[in-house]
Amino acid sequence: MKKLSFLSALCGAAMGFGAVASANAATTLEAVKAKGFVQCGVSQGLPGFSNADDSGKWTGLDVDLCRAVAAAVFGDAEKVKYSPLSAKQRFTALSSGEIDILSRNTTWTMTRDTQLGLNFAGVNYYDGQGMMVPIALGVKSATELDGANICTNTGTTTELNITDYFRTNGMSFNLVAFEKADEVVAAYDAGRCDVYTTDRSGLAAQRGKLTQPDSHVVLPEIISKEPLGPVVRQGDDQWFNIVRWSLNAMINAEELGISSSNVNMKKFQSKLAPSVARLIGKEGKFGEELGLSNDWAYNIIMQVGNYAESYEKHVGLNTPLKLARGVNSLWSNGGILYAAPIR
Amino acid sequence: MTRKVIKAAPKKTTMKKAIPSDIDTQAGYVRIEDAPLLPPPPSEVGVTGWLYKNIFASMSDFGSVSATLKSVFVAASTLFILYFLITQISGLLDFAIFSAVWSDPEGLKRQACWTVEQGGALPNGWHAACWPFIEAKAKFIFYGAYPSDDLWRVNLTYALGGFMLAWVMIERLPYRKIVGILLLTVYPVMATVLLTGGAFSISTGTIGGATILGLALITIGRLGKAGYVSGAFGDLALVAGVCGWLVILFAAVLAVFAIDFDLEAIDTRDWGGLLITLVVAITGIVASLPLGILLALGRRSEMPVARFLCTVFIEFWRGVPLITVLFMASVMLPLFMPEGVNFDMLLRALIGVTLFSAAYMAEVVRGGLQAIDKGQYEGADAVGLSYWQSMRLIILPQALTHVIPGIVNTFIGLFKDTALVSIVGIFDLLGAAQSTLADAAWSTPVQGLTGYLVVAVIFFVFCFGMSRYSMFMERKLNRSHKS
Repeated sequence: MKKLSFLSALCGAAMGFGAVASANAATTLEAVKAKGFVQCGVSQGLPGFSNADDSGKWTGLDVDLCRAVAAAVFGDAEKVKYSPLSAKQRFTALSSGEIDILSRNTTWTMTRDTQLGLNFAGVNYYDGQGMMVPIALGVKSATELDGANICTNTGTTTELNITDYFRTNGMSFNLVAFEKADEVVAAYDAGRCDVYTTDRSGLAAQRGKLTQPDSHVVLPEIISKEPLGPVVRQGDDQWFNIVRWSLNAMINAEELGISSSNVNMKKFQSKLAPSVARLIGKEGKFGEELGLSNDWAYNIIMQVGNYAESYEKHVGLNTPLKLARGVNSLWSNGGILYAAPIR
Repeated sequence: MTRKVIKAAPKKTTMKKAIPSDIDTQAGYVRIEDAPLLPPPPSEVGVTGWLYKNIFASMSDFGSVSATLKSVFVAASTLFILYFLITQISGLLDFAIFSAVWSDPEGLKRQACWTVEQGGALPNGWHAACWPFIEAKAKFIFYGAYPSDDLWRVNLTYALGGFMLAWVMIERLPYRKIVGILLLTVYPVMATVLLTGGAFSISTGTIGGATILGLALITIGRLGKAGYVSGAFGDLALVAGVCGWLVILFAAVLAVFAIDFDLEAIDTRDWGGLLITLVVAITGIVASLPLGILLALGRRSEMPVARFLCTVFIEFWRGVPLITVLFMASVMLPLFMPEGVNFDMLLRALIGVTLFSAAYMAEVVRGGLQAIDKGQYEGADAVGLSYWQSMRLIILPQALTHVIPGIVNTFIGLFKDTALVSIVGIFDLLGAAQSTLADAAWSTPVQGLTGYLVVAVIFFVFCFGMSRYSMFMERKLNRSHKS
């Protein structure tokens, strides 16, 4: 029995060894500052949003948000560590404190916002479910799809959305569902169905896997709302504010025409529009209010860039995804990106 | 056959004397020399012989209706299998080698593997491997997000491990036992420090405490040996002595972990690919065998408490799927812990996988123990061996030899099960490869096939290697009490 208790002692010691010493900090900001990096929950690989590049470095629109928060907190966008999470794990990882921000193409829904003890700090990409059809089908609108065979993934909201849409429009359809995205694309490519439906960003990402990518077209209809945004734990308003305003700073920077290439110049200009001066910390104490330094937004713009830069770099027309800004344009350009002003 | 009889005959002394007189008197002709050796019939040797014996013999019997039917059936299925193999293998070779795109000198990425229809240069209908994709992703598939500047640490770990393992496996080399012990004790510590960077924040108090505890236990052991501890506590004191040494060893390991070797700390979250697969599989394999043996012995023990505990343990872990264990470890465990305390994800998976495979291993070993004749146990008792001595010297060597196929089966199963850790967000070989498949910069219709082909080949190489080595061990340890 001595041996047993020894074994259990060993186990205990091993557990103690594995545990990162808890800083026991009162706020997330203090804890993050104490450990020296932001722990960011990302996807296991979604092109354009969070994806490891050839060297294993994480890049993407969602990743940039975490880098922005790190730039705001530490003045160094590289002080981020990433936890690739599966869809099932993501919320537990956040509520258990394993990660500080969940930036993993997570759709903001009421259930998630109210029942999980989490808060959505904003929206960094407005996605929506779309449909792709072969040009040869000659269909111009989703309303002409009566009786179509539709390929999609099993057990996701896409399946439910498409059912809703066809019911609403009084059309009949035949659902061909697969477990994996690769199988769906292969089936669609082989002509087993007339329509391939998933989030529009997903359609763009999968297009390259088709044998004739240019002979398919994405229909104009968007049949569901998928606002994707960063999530934080409920009950820590300071951290919530930091994440929300890091995102707002990027959007505001685009609106004010400040980018990583001209922010340095602006910093040394004596005459600045007041809104720009407030953004880059030459006027007011907005950073201090957040518990950060006043050049927090300057660091974000300098190291990560404004929203447009981040968008064009990861999902824009010059990337394999080739996603036009569309609804993700600034409100002043006909989109719905509208960040509260910094003042 | 006849020659054998003639050769054997002289051994029998009575006959030896009888034969010459018979020859002299009765026989008209006696062959004194061996008949000249004729060349063997062509159906027995050479290529034709081999072909006949192995292929055509089974399909050339047309003596009766049933034999004819059988021959035709065998011939037809042989042809079918041959056709199947040729088309499949040539298809595979064509996909992987002859038609494949090998280089992407202009850095076109996915365009290098696109057909004309897609906007590339390859002929329409082209369908073969896109190796530049693997070349670009090789670092991620093999090492995950491990920092490029520190890859030498992983390679050094591999090289050291491979070298020591080879040393232990090659029989002609000296000091194999010492190298083996180093491989099981020093090497894991070294590998941990090299891979993680070491310098864990372990307080000197912990190390000191463990050292003092160890020394105290050793002292108790010494006292027991010297006879100062009386009665039933005497045995306990001896056990305490052994535990003391283990505690000291543990303290030493902690002390090494606490040393700052000036290596950059690398979080296990950045590990990935083949590295994770090997770490999980090797840790699981090395830890589950001894644990499994202990559990098997415990389950057959005559001590009711130990037997009960071991049975419960084994049945529990065999009763839950590995996926559930991993999910519990990754999703539920963090909720039980106080906020802010986290427990390295990889370590959680390692413990889960080890305990899981230990339970299976225990049952395999128990099968071996049950196959040992009762006489062996009684014999061991009769020569006055203690329980542990009889197990170590008599029972286990036989039992384990019996169940080598089962043990290796469990190892191979474990190696392949490591792929399950990808569902809890750890990028093992399969997970890493799958995540590279999501990269739109490389997305082509053949991206998935190429990636999965590489993963399959790597898994096959390791599993087949283990399988061959186990067959070698079986032959080597064969005490020829079976055919």
